Amino acid sequence: MSVLAIVEQRMAAEVLAAAQQFGTSLATGVKAYSIDLPYTADAYAAGAEELIRKVSPSLVVFGHTYQTRDYAPKVAARFGRTLIGDVIAGKPPLFVRQMFQGKFNADVRLVGDGPHFVSIQAGAWRAVAAEPAETFSPDLSASRLRQVPEAPFREAARAVDLTAADIIVSVGRGIKEKENIPIVEALAQALGAELAASRPICDAGWLPMDRQVGSSGQTVSPKVYIAVGISGAIQHLVGMKGAKTVVAINKDPDAPIFEVAHYGIVGDLFEVVPALVEEIKKAK
Amino acid sequence: MKIAVAIKQVPLRDSALRVNPAGTWIDENNLSFEINEPDAYALEEALQLREKHGGEVIVISAGPARVSQTIREALAKGADRGIHVDLATDAGTFDTLHVANLLAAALKTEATDLILTGLQSDDLGYGQTGVILAELLGVPHSTIIMQVEIQPGKVRVKRELEDSWFQHIEMPLPAVLTIQSGLNKLRYATLMGIKKAKTKEIKVITLDAAAEVPQASAVIERLYAPEKNKQGQIFEGDPKAAAAKLVEKLRFEARVL
Repeated sequence: MSVLAIVEQRMAAEVLAAAQQFGTSLATGVKAYSIDLPYTADAYAAGAEELIRKVSPSLVVFGHTYQTRDYAPKVAARFGRTLIGDVIAGKPPLFVRQMFQGKFNADVRLVGDGPHFVSIQAGAWRAVAAEPAETFSPDLSASRLRQVPEAPFREAARAVDLTAADIIVSVGRGIKEKENIPIVEALAQALGAELAASRPICDAGWLPMDRQVGSSGQTVSPKVYIAVGISGAIQHLVGMKGAKTVVAINKDPDAPIFEVAHYGIVGDLFEVVPALVEEIKKAK
Repeated sequence: MKIAVAIKQVPLRDSALRVNPAGTWIDENNLSFEINEPDAYALEEALQLREKHGGEVIVISAGPARVSQTIREALAKGADRGIHVDLATDAGTFDTLHVANLLAAALKTEATDLILTGLQSDDLGYGQTGVILAELLGVPHSTIIMQVEIQPGKVRVKRELEDSWFQHIEMPLPAVLTIQSGLNKLRYATLMGIKKAKTKEIKVITLDAAAEVPQASAVIERLYAPEKNKQGQIFEGDPKAAAAKLVEKLRFEARVL
């Protein structure tokens, strides 16, 4: 019986903090390891499996990173378990995770014998100073490693650096059509702000990819972030939670974006944004 | 090449969702359902791969009777045939490992070259079905894929990493890939497609009551709206008045005007 933290560089301190908290609540020790291998899903799944058999923990804790998402469900399946992924709060045996794109929270209770598997959401646990994780070098001689990775790369240098902006006006699905983008452009112009967007807008090609804010785009922390027609899925929130003041304009009063907003207007953006531009011009 | 696409039926985007009286799942009364949006991108990628390489696209979905409608819509977009794993209740109420087991059992005899699915579902959002499916079928996988390039006996993919980093990965076929949304433009069903879909086969697999059910790892004890953040100030009503109040805040509190 113990808690096993499997850490990578990303989120390491948060995962160690969460593992310690879970260890305390289970009145058991915590072991923390990083897996000493170049990453592929097959290699890490085999390595983690070997590590778990060695430590035989009742709970395995990961950070909810892209890497964890790629291999941890596979490891859990080998132990006949489902990874309880992306938890935002709780401790064993009851964890909280978001469902329906943040519209609801769910209390999820672990059932049956361990090992259980959870991954914690970035930013949900405060990092504390902790003993660094040991490195674990698995023996993969018997494993079939099928993925052949190439070196990670970035596409062309970013033309737009949103991280330096004082004010950002960001637009989401609520804008409905590409032809409506000038409506938010006018707001950005009135404020002297950079224009940004949530993922679906960039995916659709309505704004270039280098204006995307969120887990797969840029992480920004401006003085003011104005989210227009953005519902506030977690993938977006992680990119802008650091803003000093968050303003949300959305027609749905239950949109998760209002949870992080300091000021919000519930209303039709096609009426609110032009009114806002007028008021800003008056104030200047 | 034979491609299977695992799709999920979820409530229509922007539905007003309510929790059921037991507080354990959503209230399905008066809800409409559609294909999980990330799965629509997986389907689109499969159809484009078939156009390039020839072969067959099979859509598979687990869920109650209403799921056949979503399968039919995928057939109307061009998939060749469907498999419906008939569950008594919404797939979201089943353990992820359990659903993956059922899908794997149904796909085992199909000998597919490639299995695609969306990177996650809009309801549970676990993003695990594809990864577990690969493990259960004993084939390699990769997740959050931006590009798929079929080569003889193998596939080369572009995988998304965090902070705008990417990576190319090669693996032998058969394989499972979870597809990132936004990869392609989604097609609409044509009138001809809808007509043709009516005669396409949907195989229904009914659960064997005697079959062993893997023990769930966790149960949803309570589903609820998150507590409201009381610190935020919300302006409602007349847009002009609300805008004026907000500008005052931007001017005197945030001090950016």
